[in-house]
Amino acid sequence: MTATATPTKTMTMVAAINDALALALEADETVHVFGEDVGVMGGVFRATDGLQARFGAERVFDTPLAEAGIVGMGIGMGLAGLKPVAEIQFAGFLYPALDQVLSHLGRYRHRTRGRYHLPMVIRAPYGGGVHTPEQHADSPEAILAHTPGVKVVIPSTPADAKGLLLAAIQDPDPVFFLEAIKLYRSVKGEVPEGHYTVPLGQARVVTQGDDVTVICYGGMVEVAQKAAEAARPHGIGVEVIDLRTLVPLDTETVLASVRKTGRAVVVSEAPRTNGFHSEISATIAEEAIDFLRAPIRRVTGFDAPYPPFTSVEDVYRPSPVRVARAIREVMGY
Amino acid sequence: MTSPDTAPPTPTFPAGGEQEPFQLLAPDGTATQPDALPDPDTRLRLYRHMRRIRHFDERAWVLYRTGRLGVFPPYGGMEASQVGTAAALGPGDWLFPTYRDTGAALTHGLPVAQTLAYWRTSPHGWAMPQDLKVLPFYIPIATQYPHAVGAALAEKRKGTRNVALAYIGDGGSSEGDFHEALNFAGALTVPCVFILQNNGWAISVPTRTQTRAVNLARRADGYGIPGVRVDGNDVLATYVVTRGAVTRARDGGGPTLIETVTYRVKPHTLADDPSRYRTDADNLGWAEKDPILRLRTHLLGEGLLTEDADAALTREIEAEFEAALKEADGYPEPTPAEILDHVFAEPTPQLRRQRAQIEAEEGT
Repeated sequence: MTATATPTKTMTMVAAINDALALALEADETVHVFGEDVGVMGGVFRATDGLQARFGAERVFDTPLAEAGIVGMGIGMGLAGLKPVAEIQFAGFLYPALDQVLSHLGRYRHRTRGRYHLPMVIRAPYGGGVHTPEQHADSPEAILAHTPGVKVVIPSTPADAKGLLLAAIQDPDPVFFLEAIKLYRSVKGEVPEGHYTVPLGQARVVTQGDDVTVICYGGMVEVAQKAAEAARPHGIGVEVIDLRTLVPLDTETVLASVRKTGRAVVVSEAPRTNGFHSEISATIAEEAIDFLRAPIRRVTGFDAPYPPFTSVEDVYRPSPVRVARAIREVMGY
Repeated sequence: MTSPDTAPPTPTFPAGGEQEPFQLLAPDGTATQPDALPDPDTRLRLYRHMRRIRHFDERAWVLYRTGRLGVFPPYGGMEASQVGTAAALGPGDWLFPTYRDTGAALTHGLPVAQTLAYWRTSPHGWAMPQDLKVLPFYIPIATQYPHAVGAALAEKRKGTRNVALAYIGDGGSSEGDFHEALNFAGALTVPCVFILQNNGWAISVPTRTQTRAVNLARRADGYGIPGVRVDGNDVLATYVVTRGAVTRARDGGGPTLIETVTYRVKPHTLADDPSRYRTDADNLGWAEKDPILRLRTHLLGEGLLTEDADAALTREIEAEFEAALKEADGYPEPTPAEILDHVFAEPTPQLRRQRAQIEAEEGT
């Protein structure tokens, strides 16, 4: 974003996503938006609200209820020159389509030595914090980020959501765009009007600090920010880094911060074992261990399915209190 | 490259029940519906395609035995099923082949040298030609069916008259992707032709163990699209039925499922031992259904082919193959760092570092 005064509007993240989709549909007639309930209804979260009325039922359309079919058909559309933007209703419903993702989505460019590529975007709400029924709150980003040839984007602000989504749609490769359900309407922010992009592969330094680096993304950014605010009166400077994209991963920003602070806390709401937080931790251990003054801490979900029990959901999902505890631990090591 | 001819008159297909597959030539080469036969040039073209792909299949066996080809799934005996379907496409149409559909890809126009390179796992074989809409052979089962639906939908949205044609086996029709694709194709009325090559076996599992359904074409009924059973060893029948489905798709009529009833005479792959799961009795009768012999008898009887012309065709096919083999022999091996090529349009920082690592360790 340039220094010249770009007009902005205050909007929610879901409105920013809707704005981005409308701009993409307007700018490029090959863009097609489809999925379950995205047409007449405008999506269960209304992310595609009004798009079918504006751009027609050929470009914004409902599909049969079958996730493998949605992703698989989108792959064929992308091969044949369209820009498919598919919505999976919840990331926890993506699993029937995982064969399409793991076997094909990331492989076409590679298995045809560049003859074909897949400019496909798959949007999916993910994560907890809003008391959804079971299987609506999963965080499967590590599975996706472990798939070669697939990019993974997870915004945490309305402005980023719009700019990253427009960048994802322009991208020549397949991109998973995960949207934290918790943030859809709970956060509002200034969003520049018109078309702009936030480049994939660049992390954002949310708050600056000299004592400890907290690395997070999506729904965990506001949690980390709250922990950082709580630490400030105790004289602890917390540098919060929002990864924005897991693939490509901006390791340079992470490592530069950890080399400065000497302490790292990695936060995600996914299950603990083999999470993307583990990849971040390993990267720091490999590249910056000489700078560390304390062991790396992970604050994560647990190795159990995300709980459907409303009263104890917050035990599973990292809270500002748990992140603050980890900050105190690495400070006191 | 194939060039579609004028479609012959569309014959009446039998429908419902466990009907006999649609047939134009009896196993002895007699025409059962003479008025419905494709024109003589088309019959000769189909014969030439079948001879050409059988030669490839036979030579592939020898090359594999001598270590000059990787694991190869043979299709010998299924030439009519592959040629009759692929030859019904035009140059702008898509072909989504399974691993057993080398013959279909060759018929659609995949060059022989490139096809050999593919089965040698050479990058030169994996870069599909720019001017031909053929995808690399799919290893997972049925997963390309939804892709064909998407490609067909894209052609429809772009306002072309191109269609997409995808293959599957009888085993593949048990997979969920098969059913989702047929349902999507029907619901969205896309120009897609689904070929279900029922060759009797999914590796060691016979169709009767695979499913209780006897007539797989009737699965189309559940999705509101036409399903046709055809004698998959009768290239003329297979061609006429597929041409009908392709024409219907081009004209906006939507998808069709075609079950070609054939037989996998050869093993699953050249590393397979079918004597562990099937007996000589299973194979009994299939040799006499040889699709090439059937059409050859017909063509000789009609005076469309002579022994001399057939011998000349043999020489031509052999020469083409040997020249292609020589070309494929000339392709260099990949460099180690090539394994990281074409992951993304632009390599990520991680891929750049991994390339530097390979180049340092492998000295490339």
